Amino acid sequence: MSASKKPSEYEPVIGLEIHVQLKTCSKMFCGCRVEFGAPPNTRVCPVCLGLPGALPVVNEQAIELAVLAALALNCEVHQRSVFARKNYFYPDLPKGYQITQYDRPLAADGWMGMPEEEGQGGGRIRIRRLHVEEDSGKSLHDRFPGETAIDLNRAGVPLAEIVTEPDLKSPAQARAFLGRLRQTLEYLGVSDCNMEEGSLRVDANVSVRPAGSDELATKTEVKNMNSFSQLERALEYEAARHVADLVSGRSIEHQTMLWDPVRNEARPMRGKEEVHDYRYFPEPDIPTLDLSRKASSRAAERLPELPWEKVQRFAVQYGLSAYDAEVLSATRELADYFEAVAQNVSDPKRASNWVMVEVLAVANELGVSVAKLGLEAERLAELIGLVSAGTLSHGLGKRVLRGMVRSGKSADEVMEQDDLRKVSDGAQLEDWVAGTLAENPREVERYCGGEEKLLAFFIGQVMRKSQGKADPDRLREVLKEALGAAN
Amino acid sequence: MGEMTGLTVGRLREQLRSRAVRAEDLLKDALSGIAQSDAGEFPLNAFLALAGEELAEEAVDVDRALDNGDEVGPLTGVLIAVKDNICVRGMPTTCGSKILEGYTSPYEATAVRKLRDAGALIVGKTNLDEFAMGSSTENSAFGPTRNPCDRERVPGGSSGGSAAAVAANLVPLALGSDTGGSVRQPASFCGVVGLKPTYGRVSRYGLVAFASSLDQIGPLASSVEDTALLLNVITGDSRFDSTASQTPALDFTEKLDSDVEGLVVGVPQEYLPQDLDPGIANLCRAAVERLEKMGAEVREISLPNTLYAIPAYYLVANAEASSNLARYDGVRYGLRAPGVDSTVAVYRETRGIGFGTEVKRRIMLGTYGLSAGYYDEYYGRGQRVRQLISDDFKRVFASGVDVVFTPTAPSVAFRLGERIDDPVQMYLSDVFTVTANLARAPAISVPIGRSAGLPVGGQLIARYFDESTLLRVAHALEVSIAGEPLETA
Repeated sequence: MSASKKPSEYEPVIGLEIHVQLKTCSKMFCGCRVEFGAPPNTRVCPVCLGLPGALPVVNEQAIELAVLAALALNCEVHQRSVFARKNYFYPDLPKGYQITQYDRPLAADGWMGMPEEEGQGGGRIRIRRLHVEEDSGKSLHDRFPGETAIDLNRAGVPLAEIVTEPDLKSPAQARAFLGRLRQTLEYLGVSDCNMEEGSLRVDANVSVRPAGSDELATKTEVKNMNSFSQLERALEYEAARHVADLVSGRSIEHQTMLWDPVRNEARPMRGKEEVHDYRYFPEPDIPTLDLSRKASSRAAERLPELPWEKVQRFAVQYGLSAYDAEVLSATRELADYFEAVAQNVSDPKRASNWVMVEVLAVANELGVSVAKLGLEAERLAELIGLVSAGTLSHGLGKRVLRGMVRSGKSADEVMEQDDLRKVSDGAQLEDWVAGTLAENPREVERYCGGEEKLLAFFIGQVMRKSQGKADPDRLREVLKEALGAAN
Repeated sequence: MGEMTGLTVGRLREQLRSRAVRAEDLLKDALSGIAQSDAGEFPLNAFLALAGEELAEEAVDVDRALDNGDEVGPLTGVLIAVKDNICVRGMPTTCGSKILEGYTSPYEATAVRKLRDAGALIVGKTNLDEFAMGSSTENSAFGPTRNPCDRERVPGGSSGGSAAAVAANLVPLALGSDTGGSVRQPASFCGVVGLKPTYGRVSRYGLVAFASSLDQIGPLASSVEDTALLLNVITGDSRFDSTASQTPALDFTEKLDSDVEGLVVGVPQEYLPQDLDPGIANLCRAAVERLEKMGAEVREISLPNTLYAIPAYYLVANAEASSNLARYDGVRYGLRAPGVDSTVAVYRETRGIGFGTEVKRRIMLGTYGLSAGYYDEYYGRGQRVRQLISDDFKRVFASGVDVVFTPTAPSVAFRLGERIDDPVQMYLSDVFTVTANLARAPAISVPIGRSAGLPVGGQLIARYFDESTLLRVAHALEVSIAGEPLETA
């Protein structure tokens, strides 16, 4: 590559290597339960501890989930694939090898579509391969001072490794791709894709080249990116470093970089990097994995609606705007919730407004997902019905909603308990109106002088006085009557 | 030693059921027999560990059940020894290695669980070459086992402890494991019957892996019938071993008494080379003549790729071993080298002092054979030759041959120390046995006589999962030889 180019003449070339934890009940090769956060070394057995004589037995559920993911990513699912041993010594690797797949993976040659508006340019991001493997345990360096402790609860947890071709053209696009992948896998129920809990992990390969060329330059691998924004920042950092080095005539060294989110920089992994020879060979304890045609077509039948399919259906079926449909389809959980509400109200638009605006606001305030609010869809539908029927004003409805989330009670119960029924009773309204008019003599005078737009001011004042309970329609009548009398 | 020793399991069962014999007494006799065998200048050293007090209680329970006339399992009250690379819950499993000294298995091998379910009493764990790597049981970190027929000679290996325990009448039955001949060769050296079942016939769950694609647990006994009885019990249940067969188990004793009339016995020329020990060659020829006399059709056959069996075997077996033995790293269980402070030093020192010379040699060879740039030339080529050897057998069996007859080993039991410094000579002890492992076929060694006063075994190899025919021919030969020993020129 010539060193005479300007920085703007380079473009990044990015490929991702993603590990997702498959959402199975038990581990990849034994019956131990998969559970995040269990006390150390309590979800273990002879198999995942690598005790002498123990043997692996493949978890069918893990294979089914991986096949689902492969189908959603338009991969070719191989009828026959082979497990292999990747040999290396590490304290949290109990057998001295990891059971993975090597030259005959479960699936290969797929792609995922990217819409134009996300990142720079849409099109297809090719998936090179998808295979299944087991996770390692964890080395804990902060539990006992000066000692390393090993927790093998994670050892043997099933993972799918998804490798893209170097088709991503910017850090932003890489981030968008990962988001779309996460959404897809979450939709399929393949994985929780929780980066904090480590059920989604991403490494990246980065190189840069003169814009528009198709040469393959020396790449570096970036690890330790623990969030979507870290991924984007790390890629920006690393791509910029490559460009700077090339512009100033330095060559890029093939190496592994560790992202430091505190200092916002990527540094070469400490120490001289050993060139590993993993001595892969076919795992003799597991026969060739033979997916009968039936098994994978069963998975295809089970392939649930994918996010982009749902967005389209929502727009058509419920008459939502593209934006609203997109927001409500963000997660399968939210989409399912919206649909449950929509099916129980007369006007789906109202369901979408309530879910998108009010429910999401409460959930965001509490920092939980909609499902964790404990607000059943049927109950929300009831509330929406009460507002539509005029039993509650919109404002009261919002208060009832909060009361429902707080107490776990129904709209009726909350209204009863907090005395939040709409007041249409003439005497009470007249009382509030009289008080309001008495408190605002100058506004009354101005109104009588022809400033009729002050009606809204009076409505607001009465609403405040009534704590929002005044029935707006009846109030308007009573107000007009009282003001007319004052005139 | 009591008068019950040396009885067949069938006779023993009758005696136990008729209460002429009590399990408690059988156990006492066995324990005192074992103690006696280990006394003196040339201790047998067949056992590395004996069961504790619980076993005496188990024997009492067995007697109570038999006294009450309860329904009992097929091996109730029968004593059995288990090779120390097969996990028995609560007992040590050392694999004859310092690296597992003091390690006690918290779980039980499938085959052992099935033995217990059948009522067998597990007396103890038997000596072996470290991690089953060897052909003389001299590679044990806990001293060699000696041959009961001649205490200055090796019992063969690696299941030397199991073979010696049966041959010395210490127990009627034993489990061994066979990766390249480790059940059959010691059976031949000690004058007992040893079977390597079809790969997948017996679950390997709980058998400490040496070479996973070759290993198979197999019975050792003093008769073909007892061998069949033991196979009946340990076969089936593939739940914890994905390479185990799900074909339902048969009663392997059922067809034992059928004659061999019309069966085709193939005799491969490659297994009777010019330079074969004449005593062994003569006995083999006599055995084949005997089968012919009994109505079998004898056919000369060729298994040409046998020539490459030993190198192919060591390429495949060592590669798998190098990976299987990686878990002994001093981190979780077994030995950890003292006084080291870095992780890499823990690995290096623990494995340095924990493994014996032969194990290290094989780990290094296997690691090399899997390395980048060498894989195709070594491990890959080993697998291709393995396929050719399997094809040889397939072709022969497809041509109508029912069993193949060969000598089990190229020599009789050799002297302790005679081959220990010559690994290649030692490896050649397995020259006739490794092919069955490579082809995954069932094979048995049955005593056919003595040469220079030492036992000689004949080997029979059959089609996949056709242990029935294998045992039937072996039984016919055994019965015939018992009636009239083979005459050799």
